[in-house]
Amino acid sequence: MTGGDAAVRGADRIVRGMRGDWEAVIGLEVHVELDTATKMFCSCAVTKGDPPNTHTCPVCLAHPGALPVVNQRAVEYATRIALALDCTVPPRNVFHRKNYFYPDLPKAYQISQYDEPLAVDGCFDYWSGDEKLRCRIDRVHMEEDAAKLIHAGGETGRITGSEYSLVDFNRGGTPLVEIVTEPDIPSPAAARDFLQQLRELVIELGVSECNMEEGQVRWDANISVRPAGSSTLGTRTELKNMNSFRFLQQALESELPRQVGILEAGGTVEQETLHFDPETGTTTPLRSKEEAHDYRYFPEPDLVPLAMDPAWVEEVRASLPELPLARVARFAEQYGLSRADARVIAGPGALARFYEAVVAQGVDPKLAANWTMGEYLAHLNAAGLEPGHGHVTPERLAALVRLVADGVVSTSAAKDVFTKMIEERAEPAAIVAKHGLGRISDSAALGPVVAEVVAANPSQVEQYRGGKRQVLGFFVGQVMKATGGRADPAVVNELLQKALDG
Amino acid sequence: MVDTMRLTAREAKKLLVDGEVSSAELTKAYLDRIAAVEDRVHAYILVTADNAAKYSTKVDREMQAMRGPLAGLPIAVKDNMVTEGVTTTCASRILHNYMPVYTATAVRRLWDDHVVMLGKTNLDEFAMGSSTENSGFAVTRNPWDLGTVPGGSSGGSAAAVAAGEALWALGSDTGGSIRQPAALCGVVGMKPTYGLVSRYGLVAFASSLDQIGPLTRSVHDCALLLRHIVGKDPRDATSVVAPAPIELPSAERLDGLRVGIPREYLAAGIEPGVRARFEEAVALIEELGGRCVEVSLPHTEYALPAYYIIAPAEASANLARFDGVRYGYRAADADDVVTMYERTRGEGFGPEVKRRIMIGTYALSAGYYEAYYGRAQRVRTLVRRDFTDVFGEVDLVASPTSPTVAFPVGARAADPLAMYVSDVCTIPANLAGLPALSIPCGLSDGLPVGFQFVGPAFSENRVLDAAHALETALGFTATPSLGGAEAALSQSGGAEAASPTGDAASAPPEGTAS
Repeated sequence: MTGGDAAVRGADRIVRGMRGDWEAVIGLEVHVELDTATKMFCSCAVTKGDPPNTHTCPVCLAHPGALPVVNQRAVEYATRIALALDCTVPPRNVFHRKNYFYPDLPKAYQISQYDEPLAVDGCFDYWSGDEKLRCRIDRVHMEEDAAKLIHAGGETGRITGSEYSLVDFNRGGTPLVEIVTEPDIPSPAAARDFLQQLRELVIELGVSECNMEEGQVRWDANISVRPAGSSTLGTRTELKNMNSFRFLQQALESELPRQVGILEAGGTVEQETLHFDPETGTTTPLRSKEEAHDYRYFPEPDLVPLAMDPAWVEEVRASLPELPLARVARFAEQYGLSRADARVIAGPGALARFYEAVVAQGVDPKLAANWTMGEYLAHLNAAGLEPGHGHVTPERLAALVRLVADGVVSTSAAKDVFTKMIEERAEPAAIVAKHGLGRISDSAALGPVVAEVVAANPSQVEQYRGGKRQVLGFFVGQVMKATGGRADPAVVNELLQKALDG
Repeated sequence: MVDTMRLTAREAKKLLVDGEVSSAELTKAYLDRIAAVEDRVHAYILVTADNAAKYSTKVDREMQAMRGPLAGLPIAVKDNMVTEGVTTTCASRILHNYMPVYTATAVRRLWDDHVVMLGKTNLDEFAMGSSTENSGFAVTRNPWDLGTVPGGSSGGSAAAVAAGEALWALGSDTGGSIRQPAALCGVVGMKPTYGLVSRYGLVAFASSLDQIGPLTRSVHDCALLLRHIVGKDPRDATSVVAPAPIELPSAERLDGLRVGIPREYLAAGIEPGVRARFEEAVALIEELGGRCVEVSLPHTEYALPAYYIIAPAEASANLARFDGVRYGYRAADADDVVTMYERTRGEGFGPEVKRRIMIGTYALSAGYYEAYYGRAQRVRTLVRRDFTDVFGEVDLVASPTSPTVAFPVGARAADPLAMYVSDVCTIPANLAGLPALSIPCGLSDGLPVGFQFVGPAFSENRVLDAAHALETALGFTATPSLGGAEAALSQSGGAEAASPTGDAASAPPEGTAS
């Protein structure tokens, strides 16, 4: 936690200052690169990792006389996002030119949207802790990405201190969707939850892989504070161009007490753009409002306004997949899962599909949920895999769940089986057979083990016989330990009682 | 022998088809003419003589494969249309060495029709001007009087056709840049309906106003060239499918044609000589069976100021790409990127271009947008509505093309406002996106006067038909003498450098236009 007179506590809405309680007001502008085959305004391929400047043309290099033409697929993808966020899609939208000079912007203007965007007035419901929150969406609009600058010769890779800069125009002109929220997000943790769940939604829509390392999702956050319970809006600061959930939360958590400190000391918060340094955990000003750009927006005369055919919009709406929030509700209902479990499983689409494939094998949904959330998710995280990838297929996990349900293996032995499923890439039944991991229910086999345990612990036997019946649990544990967890607890109980009481 | 001063494309085509002349001979006739008079006219920035000679020979040799209505006919192209492998400068130092990697759609269509390109013609830098004095390289002279300007910005194309240095030419028209030089040089020039001709590859001045069009020696040629460059282009989102094909005009009568004469166009500033020729033409229209009536376009007086907000605003963004990073001129030895931008643009652009970039930037700035750009756009809507109303009463609108005949070189160069007024009769058609055509309707003090028809959107065939009938009745056959050269030389003070006329893509010399 950074300095300042106030402290922030995670998801807790209230920021405690020296003189009272404050609350955060956070809004986000999220940029998503779309996975279209070609760029927003020309037919160059959208690619990752190809040699620099190999996917360029007169249009995306802004050669004299070249003109933009709108990518219809990008409009469709953007519309999917807009509709999934419950936005209104007006009958027409207009592209504008946003003017500024920078070497990554070859036309010296970005074709974006301004006062007539693709979509307006939506909302996004998301979970933060145990709470379902609603964030209103101001607008969803389309634009083009800038080229990539590589600042060479410096130590930091930033423009300051670099010897020269290189421009890779492969990325220039990639379709971007910008999602602008209302300032409805009440805490840094909620901002993180919002972004993670928004990302899951966009992936679910099939319009972007939202690869974080490649910067396919980036966002600006604006933040202000106000006295708790107030409905006024304070002066906000802006954190630009972030692409890490963790750093976002850290940056906001560092910015909140800074603002509270200023206000409680009788000062005023400057409207400015801040840079967050993850090394120090603090924010520093990039530029103030006075230095802010005047982008001189005006309607792009090279493009005609886009007419959105209502029938086409409805087609797009009808083609939307089940959205995460609805799926969470359905999973809770259909599979009898708790809300919390349903959120874990049904939030990310790939995991939800995996789970439903497991359940489709006819196993108990609750047991399947425990295994999906437990061993399977831990395995994915450890291996860095996406759900559905790796050697644990839904069929195999279902087979394992069935072995547990049928009492063929004990729960603890099943965990062994799971590990070996990954190591040996084999069917659970085969692993159980090969390693002898099946449950031992045979009293003839368990009798000697029980006798041994009883013989080895005379003092506990004393206690038990003295009336301390709960010591039975100790003996069960010892037998389990001796059998590698494979002993059938019911049989063990019966044999132990017989041995101890007898 | 080919008389390049009089030959029309229609006649040239007949000579080719009849085997009277080969494409190579025809092309050579123009190249010879260029060689003979170009040092006086300065119509071209670049003459692609070798390419033209080679290609015309190829057309002759492969006549079977390379046939078509325009095959083998030579043409001049304004140097603001990009041509792959041939430098395209926009008459600006900032693009003095720019070698395009693609070809403008309009030009590509002609190349595909096996047209022979003679070269790239001079213009006001980035098409900003009405006299071609704003060229970064040379001042083009009016062949009718070398002491006067050819008009602009397509002054090079107009002068080339008038001086017999081209059979016909392509120009571009943003506020009159085809029609006004056509009028001042005594040739035919047409700006089509906005969207009819692709702008892909036309270096943008004001995107919502720019249109490519023909400059020719006859209305028939104008239609012939136009019909080969129109059409929806998937690379230009503002281009449209023509509702009807362009027909070659044949009308000789104007029976029943209602022609509106806007009183606002004649209200002030029209020279007596221009007015006299115009009124004679109006009388001729009546003789041909047409009916001329006075009409009103009440927002005309606001069209010029609105244009000088909208066009510079769009230009300020369109010209921002010339930053020295990827192509064109780059200032040397700048320590950082911002200094490089500033010096490149400071050294690369001429004064008129800088003036318009500044006006446009200002008009779009926060706090001024509504007062200037927003209001200008509303005026534009009113101007458009004026025409819609008038075309409920009449079929065409007619006016002088330019309030004056060609003016002396230097006469308005120091006074931008005086220069801007040159376009008062032509600008409204651009704001409204309408087809408009200028034909010569006689001489005043030995200099040509232009007569303009404006029609409703996509009424090209009506405009061409009416112009053809009037042209036939007018029987304008005068040709320029390329006189007044001594006056021209004394006025330019000998400081003017010749434009490069070789195939080499050499950097054009320092300009002298002030």
